[in-house]
Amino acid sequence: MAPQRETILRVENIAKYFPITRGIVFQTKIGEVKAVDGVSFDLAKGETVGVVGESGCGKSTLARLIMRLEHPTRGQVFYQDRDIFAMPGSALRRLRRNIQMVMQDPYTSLNPRMTVGDIIGEPFEIHRDVAPRGDRRRKVQELLDYVGLNPEHISRYPHQFSGGQRQRIGIARALALRPKIIVCDEPVSALDVSIQAQVINLLERLQNELGLAYIFIAHDLSVVRHISDRVAVMYLGKVVEIGTEDEIYGRPTHPYTQALLSAVPVPDPTARAHRDVIRLEGDVPSPANPPSGCRFRTRCWKAKPICTEQEPPLTAQQADPHLSACHFAELRHVVA
Amino acid sequence: MSSPEESTTLAKPRSLAADAWYDLRRSPIFWIASIIVVALVGIAAFPGLFTSADPKACSLDFRFAGPGPEAPFGYDVQGCNVYARTMYGARSSIEVGLFATLMAGTIAFALGMAAGFYGRWIDTLLSRSLDVIASIPLLLAAIVLLKRLSATGGSTGVWSVAFTLGVLGWPVAARVVRSSVISAKQQDYVQAARMLGAGNGRIMLRHILPNAMAPAIVVLTIMLGTVIATEATLSFLGIGLQPPAISWGGSINDNSAYVRTAAGPLLWPAGFLAVTVLAFIMLGDAIRDAFDPRMR
Amino acid sequence: MTDIQIQLDRVADDAHLLDVRDLFIEFHTRDGIAKVINGVSYHLDAGEALAVLGESGSGKSVTAQAIMGILDIPPGKIVSGQICYNGRDLLSLPEKERRQVRGKEIAMVFQDALSALNPVFPVGWQISETLRHREGVARADALRRAVELMELVRIPAAKQRLRDYPHEFSGGMRQRVMIAMSLALSPKILIADEPTTALDVTVQAQVMDLLAELRRELHMAMILITHDLGVVADVADRIAVMYAGRIVEHADVHDLYAVQGHPYTKGLIDSIPRLDHKGQELATIQGLPPSLMDIPRGCPFHPRCPYRKDPICSTQVPTDQRLASGTRTSRCHFAKEVLDGTAA
Repeated sequence: MAPQRETILRVENIAKYFPITRGIVFQTKIGEVKAVDGVSFDLAKGETVGVVGESGCGKSTLARLIMRLEHPTRGQVFYQDRDIFAMPGSALRRLRRNIQMVMQDPYTSLNPRMTVGDIIGEPFEIHRDVAPRGDRRRKVQELLDYVGLNPEHISRYPHQFSGGQRQRIGIARALALRPKIIVCDEPVSALDVSIQAQVINLLERLQNELGLAYIFIAHDLSVVRHISDRVAVMYLGKVVEIGTEDEIYGRPTHPYTQALLSAVPVPDPTARAHRDVIRLEGDVPSPANPPSGCRFRTRCWKAKPICTEQEPPLTAQQADPHLSACHFAELRHVVA
Repeated sequence: MSSPEESTTLAKPRSLAADAWYDLRRSPIFWIASIIVVALVGIAAFPGLFTSADPKACSLDFRFAGPGPEAPFGYDVQGCNVYARTMYGARSSIEVGLFATLMAGTIAFALGMAAGFYGRWIDTLLSRSLDVIASIPLLLAAIVLLKRLSATGGSTGVWSVAFTLGVLGWPVAARVVRSSVISAKQQDYVQAARMLGAGNGRIMLRHILPNAMAPAIVVLTIMLGTVIATEATLSFLGIGLQPPAISWGGSINDNSAYVRTAAGPLLWPAGFLAVTVLAFIMLGDAIRDAFDPRMR
Repeated sequence: MTDIQIQLDRVADDAHLLDVRDLFIEFHTRDGIAKVINGVSYHLDAGEALAVLGESGSGKSVTAQAIMGILDIPPGKIVSGQICYNGRDLLSLPEKERRQVRGKEIAMVFQDALSALNPVFPVGWQISETLRHREGVARADALRRAVELMELVRIPAAKQRLRDYPHEFSGGMRQRVMIAMSLALSPKILIADEPTTALDVTVQAQVMDLLAELRRELHMAMILITHDLGVVADVADRIAVMYAGRIVEHADVHDLYAVQGHPYTKGLIDSIPRLDHKGQELATIQGLPPSLMDIPRGCPFHPRCPYRKDPICSTQVPTDQRLASGTRTSRCHFAKEVLDGTAA
């Protein structure tokens, strides 16, 4: 990590509850899905924070909150010390230039009726002061070239490209306004293995050359380790452990992190025999009805009565000083 | 810099519409339907090119006279030239069909987009009113409305019939627009535009409308056929277009009593009506198949 | 599990339980003919686990569909080849006899359990239905067997869950229900097509463990179709890597991960980020898989291959090269050099 840590994004105790309603004309609220429930972390310039977790952990909702596509139930997101949810229209437009997103599905994230030139050029049309009109075509072609696509393909349509190429188009669109932060929501999970590596390398190259900060959301722990400086592990709307990549993968103290790491299949058959195997029981509970106390207790082998009664705070542990939310945090080396 | 990847698909830019056109060109149904529709529109626009006879020049001397050089279909009960009347009748049918559909389409797109895009109470309000209007039997409502119009002094010409059918016909198309707007609205590319800072207007016009249009156009094409059939029904009942206006429905009505003695004056306009309605429905079907991604 | 009988068919020594020989399959589409399978051969012995690894469009699932006889024909067309089960060519069997093999001898588990199960019937009914329909088992017996099968796949409180509908099960449990259904007729071969791709990591591990245990307990042969190199390493004995409708490398799983004999396999293994170490820049395979309508001349991998030598690679289709240890093969002109690390 850089010696001079300059925080540009700060997420503070953010939460998003979605109401569960019944009826059409007279809607009544019958419950809430606590998709994100009090998440805090910060992001420094040029840094990559990975967010990992299984389905229903709230990682995608977190991304939508940071992109201001959802309004939080409580909490704030500060971009350079200004709360993005309190911003007036003009400031919001400027914010859009600084935070962009790359989406998961390269097949639905591009408008099928627009040419690639129109898709990548759209940011310039919305923010007309960024590039003069006559300059836009050239800029779009530069972007295409920059992400490794043929600039002559500017008038093709998205369906004429493969998944990996489409993801490059999505990245070019996100780069057009020269953002400081890019939120990557599962950017490679829809791609084939050999294409994943190309896109990951592209993202790393862009980070080095443009000094971008990434929030990298994924369920694939190997990919997250590869790209992240720091990692947050989420479970049912909460961060259960957060630390540097070394701390999370090398010295995990939360049982969920340990189980998650142990479950990842390692492409090495010789490792089959001497791996630390932790198998959790059952599936992730519904976020509409999370367990009391520690949310992981229903699947945890360490659960004691205290886990039902008290929610463990996310604090520095004796076992290791990075933050972890467990009453019985202890070090366990899962990954060799 | 990684080397540019070569696309494995076709070299020429091809939009989804171009793909649909590629399919359409191979559909015989599409060609048959289009030829009929183009011919009918031609007849409707320039009936004078197809007949030199005056459709209003009727003489009882020719009552039920057989085909002549000027009148290949013979003469009807009033001694009018059946061929000329059928040609000129196409004009009212197509006019009513086009205006009514245009009107229904405009209302449907405006309200369907508003309901689908803004959701919440606007959607609830519009959807319920839509249900109410859609639950009224079309023919009955048209009769009541047209009676009302003629009672207040307005003549029941092409415009009032088109207006009536347009006002009553939009709910089906509006429902289609609404549901395709709702599904387009949830697409990732709409979210992406929002994240770039695009306003509602841009999102609706650039992203949602082009992707929500195809199904509504199909419905409207089919609706054109049914509007023409309804207009003929109304005219047959004597509520639609009134003489001296020439229409297929009116001609069918005039000659229906004499079907045993002279079927021709009845069958020609009826045949044209059936073929026209069928052509529009077939056209709509062919377009739907071409645009349906599940078919490819 | 006394009811689920384990039968070992003793066949001639050189005959395999399943033997796919030189299979060619085409798809006739609007845009032309896609050659999806171009001479695939593999075999499977009783109790063995073979992994078929490939990216999308490599033809890994189509081969399995042909074995099961569930390939859509048309647009699919089996051009030539044989699929022998216990010495009988399945492709030349009449449909009636084919149905006897399906489910009873060879069963299949799909990726998407939610759409593979019928939403309007309870799972117990769905499992027992197979038994009643195919084996004429009485209703009460069939339900009892269904409970046994659900216990076999470790569904907790199986008896109480018999009347539950598929949507009342979680993703992992649904996958277990589907596995239970596929085991109902005690098949000798279970084909699992991306069985865990739709599942979360922790649940995926549970299901893979279950499949491994079942294979041991029931002495069942298994074909595991996947794109995930990690999953393969944990379960399979042998592995067949597919590219553009061909098996490009075929080896014992330990051998394959230790060192690769085909540039594609090598590129694939080098390109995945590893959980157990933070790597530098990932190695990549440049370019894209070819269109199956227009497979490159010569070796289909040559446009992307770092070791290619013209003109041989762009003109001659490589045949299987037998490599050092036993059955290991690679379809590369320079297989030995790639394996030894002497290829340039």
